[in-house]
Amino acid sequence: MAQTRKEMLTDPLVDNNPITLQVLGICSALAVTTSLEVALVMSLAVIFVTGFASMFISIIRNHIPSSIRIIVQMVIIASLVIVVDQFLKAFAFEISKTLSVFVGLIITNCIVMGRAEAFAMKNPPVASFIDGVGNGLGYGLILMLVAVIRELFGSGSLFGVTILQTVNNGGWYVPNGLLLLPPSAFFIIGLIIWAFRSWKPAQVEEREYKIQVVDAH
Amino acid sequence: MEELLSLAVKAIFVENLALSFFLGMCTFIAVSKKIATAIGLGISVMIVQTITVPANNLILNYILAPGALAWAGFSEVDLTFIGLISYIGVIAAMVQILEMTLDKYFPPLYNALGVFLPLITVNCAILGGTLFMVERDYNFAESVTYGVSSGFGWALAIAAMAGVREKLKYSDIPDGLQGLGITFITAGLMAMAFMSFSGVNL
Repeated sequence: MAQTRKEMLTDPLVDNNPITLQVLGICSALAVTTSLEVALVMSLAVIFVTGFASMFISIIRNHIPSSIRIIVQMVIIASLVIVVDQFLKAFAFEISKTLSVFVGLIITNCIVMGRAEAFAMKNPPVASFIDGVGNGLGYGLILMLVAVIRELFGSGSLFGVTILQTVNNGGWYVPNGLLLLPPSAFFIIGLIIWAFRSWKPAQVEEREYKIQVVDAH
Repeated sequence: MEELLSLAVKAIFVENLALSFFLGMCTFIAVSKKIATAIGLGISVMIVQTITVPANNLILNYILAPGALAWAGFSEVDLTFIGLISYIGVIAAMVQILEMTLDKYFPPLYNALGVFLPLITVNCAILGGTLFMVERDYNFAESVTYGVSSGFGWALAIAAMAGVREKLKYSDIPDGLQGLGITFITAGLMAMAFMSFSGVNL
């Protein structure tokens, strides 16, 4: 195995981030980032599901006929998501109400399926588990970044604790309402991608069309 | 009738699955480079959505909901906890059946959509539509309307996005924003445009 275990865990954080580079799992991510608390719970749920789904799929990888592997993977992932869903309903009912359909949507989160297909089907259980957790962490990192920006500047608080006293409560900060609305999540992710790629120029995509500078003597 | 119409307008414009709930984003970003393929995918999503939302509605009301099994003599059984797994099963099965039917009876359509059909199973917009239907307690007529119109809304969004991206590739974009970055910002601007529909009531 070329990569050490530590690299497998840290690699998806920046160098090979599932959201900014592989375009996976954006689906259910963005709607849950208006508050940090909800984003944290969502990240933990995804880390749990990707880690264990990869591990279980890897354990039975030699027994799955390849023609029905997608369905087998679906069943494993769906069962894990049901566990998370029931757990949240039992112990964190308020948050599970806010997350609403997005817990269920972890099933179709491309990160889980993507890692199962690309890594867990070919590697032993422990390595797959670490790979799953690493990708979950990479997803969580972006989620938390977006949530910090949105909650801090959109409602002046973090984890519901007031940091910037808003004008409505007699303070000085005028909250930016746009940050609580859906479009802002797109902008923030776009800008995060820009920042990541300026930092790591190797991730920049090739242009389809280049502007040619014609030498005018 | 009026209620259904208002539900349809709401699902297409105000609560657009792609632009205000971010559902189906992976495919939305990945398959929106060309208008023709985007429209093909949009139509297949619409067809699958139209079939699966009402189908899951029937399953919920006649098998899973508390007391729904009364017709079979089990009036106290509550199976809602296996909801997720049954919905995704129904979706996977429906996509498979649709694929086989198209292959047998409408080969040209099958060839046009072929590549995208299996992808639809893992499209969050499909499962999302079903879960919203469950959460909002739609009855059968409402679930049919919601299925058609939310699918149409998604198709509309991806077709529009592909149109923008076809023009965008000729523009001079900063290196770091090239590709994925600018696509997100475009989607953000489109989401803002769609927000102007909010508050529309029929």
